Amino acid sequence: MEPKLGLPPERIARARKLAEQIVSPVQRFIDAHTTVTVERATLRLAGVDGADADGVPVPNLVVDQLKDRLEEGALKYYVNALVRTGEDVQGLNRRIAEGFRVDNLPMGDPEALEARAKQLVGAFAARVKGNRSHREAKLAKYHDRNHKPLLYVIVATGNIHEDVKQAKAAAEQGADVVAVIRTTAQSLLDYVPYGATTEGFGGTYATQENFRIMRAALDEVVDKQQRYIYLTNYASGLCMPEIAAMGALERLDMMLNDSMYGILFRDINMYRTFVDQKFSRMINAFAGVIINTGEDNYLTTSDAVEKAYTVLASQFLNERFATIAGLAPWQMGLGHAFEMDPTIPNGFLRELAQAQMAREIFPEAPLKYMPPTKFMTGDIFRGHVQDALFNFVSQMTGQGIHLLGMLTEAIHTPFMQDRFLALENAKYVMNNMADLGEEIAFKPGGRIVQRAHQVLEETVQFLESIEAVGLMDAIEQGLFADIKRPRDMGKGLDGLRPKAAGYWNPFEQYLTRELGL
Amino acid sequence: MTHIVRPYGDTLNDGAVQLSFTLPVPVGPRGREAARLFMEKLGFRHAEIVHAQALSEGFSFYVAYGRTEVSVDYDEIHIEEATGEKVYSMNEACEAIREKLGRKVVIVGACTGFDAHTVGIDAIMNMKGYNHHYGLERYQEVEAHNLGAQVPNEKLIDYALKVGADAILVSQIVTQKDVHVQNMTEFIELLQARGLRERFIVCAGGSRISNKLAVELGFDAGFGQGTYAEHVATFIIDRLAERQGRA
Repeated sequence: MEPKLGLPPERIARARKLAEQIVSPVQRFIDAHTTVTVERATLRLAGVDGADADGVPVPNLVVDQLKDRLEEGALKYYVNALVRTGEDVQGLNRRIAEGFRVDNLPMGDPEALEARAKQLVGAFAARVKGNRSHREAKLAKYHDRNHKPLLYVIVATGNIHEDVKQAKAAAEQGADVVAVIRTTAQSLLDYVPYGATTEGFGGTYATQENFRIMRAALDEVVDKQQRYIYLTNYASGLCMPEIAAMGALERLDMMLNDSMYGILFRDINMYRTFVDQKFSRMINAFAGVIINTGEDNYLTTSDAVEKAYTVLASQFLNERFATIAGLAPWQMGLGHAFEMDPTIPNGFLRELAQAQMAREIFPEAPLKYMPPTKFMTGDIFRGHVQDALFNFVSQMTGQGIHLLGMLTEAIHTPFMQDRFLALENAKYVMNNMADLGEEIAFKPGGRIVQRAHQVLEETVQFLESIEAVGLMDAIEQGLFADIKRPRDMGKGLDGLRPKAAGYWNPFEQYLTRELGL
Repeated sequence: MTHIVRPYGDTLNDGAVQLSFTLPVPVGPRGREAARLFMEKLGFRHAEIVHAQALSEGFSFYVAYGRTEVSVDYDEIHIEEATGEKVYSMNEACEAIREKLGRKVVIVGACTGFDAHTVGIDAIMNMKGYNHHYGLERYQEVEAHNLGAQVPNEKLIDYALKVGADAILVSQIVTQKDVHVQNMTEFIELLQARGLRERFIVCAGGSRISNKLAVELGFDAGFGQGTYAEHVATFIIDRLAERQGRA
């Protein structure tokens, strides 16, 4: 798309440079640490799965056995147990679920461990590369069948089998992306439940079996509709990297995956989140997953006009964290939202300005645009019109991933008919004005151009103030979303470990190599 | 006196109602007739299906109109809102606090349990407020503490004790499978178990919370759709003044 706003390239470059300087010290911390969920994710990549009679997942059983020896890498003990017992992965998983301990076996010959690990990494790589080529082949075969932007809906019945019905119906009606909402408590669980689930509040659990069930259901629609359907879940919360691992194995296509969201909005410890997000993003990068970042959340707590710069600043930081985790620009679904108070004069112009600004600053990213939620009322008729304006901005500014607004937002999780009406609304607006963006230039120095310049300038100043104190201090002081998070507080801190000198993680090594990090 | 009212389309007492709904059947003449019969069974006369649309293979969507004979007697209606006709503006609320109480009012609020949606509590408490109604943080005579989301009931009570709160606000947005009812009930039970129920004014809020429901569950008041900080402040000030008068 041709730039229309005349944004100064040197200020954009300055913002990127600041993001790099802000992230760099955090990255040094990340590289020196691991966490319980990074270790469990590594085990999952190796095929560790299942649960004991109490429902405790096998990856948790292994990690809990190891305690402080986790610093050496959990996989070492698991692979050692494979070598010592001669079991295959399924066999050993079963025995661990029955109480077998991997922590007290004599450590075997390092070369034997390396050789066994190499097989495990090979099996993982083959499966995930197979998933990637399957997706790429379908996208090539049905190319030009998806909408632009991709139309994204959620399902949230709380029962995976009911979710399947809703998801298939939505896909048949034209949705390109289906996100299965998780139960509201899952982000704070320090384990991933096992098996298919039929309960939860505002969604059901993300489990590997649920991923598999939904993937299979959507694949049926893919061939029938001749359109690839992207399956989405949430690599966030206390099990970020484990969910990314499960998604890579079961061919999910998108993951909500933010570098700071958990810290600010779920009160998860910042050290823990920074370490977790890195490994989760490496897995997503390798699996060809598009991440969706959570900047829209800033605007549900802060004012969308006054605090627009926090969204852009967070996009720069997410971009930087993503880049050093190996994600390519086409995988960065940087988030933003249409959340201004509908009663303010010319609110639409500002939304248009900001959406266009994001498009021009991140030209290759499939920007993820979120619909109005904060100012949706019980007036479903007005809500439908608000969504129409949102659809207009998204189409005109060439957003990548368009999360459909529901006329019943703020009332209940979507009914089947709500999703249908939302899809019809978007398809109508987007088709009817398909190429309007190409026809329109903005008045130089006019309201739209000025607004974009102003937000960029405020963003650079904000990033400078963060750079001056450091990212962790900035979070402690409440510079993001007015939320203060002390570095030694928050959930999950006890799961953080320094990496020992002999830390062994062949999966991490493999990903680092493959991603060219 | 009776004052009979029916829905109004374009003529008094025409009883015109507009509905939309989904049936788990394929679209087609049989589906359309099923929708019309359903309207008739609801008691509508002149039931008309004006739009039928396939949602997927086994589901269809209908827009329907009907006319109803059903009416309500407007004069017989008693409402149970937490606040009456008079609601203080922010300035009036602060003035009332200075006059009637002579000290700051301490209010603690949180979205409790696993509910992660702060939008309700933020609308009432945050400085900025909602829809041009400032939140309690902006009230000079109110000391407002917004603890955010996913706060356990126990912690909320501990915090309220620590800061000497007059009132506790509990926000519940997620209502799937009545999780809000369980959570609100647990909150009241905890207060009672610790002998603190009378220590605080306790209010519940959320888009699906009514005053009636909240009072039934043991709260002093409940606030639903259309509530602003002014409503909550008015209730708390009047209740505190009333208690002071009694003491």
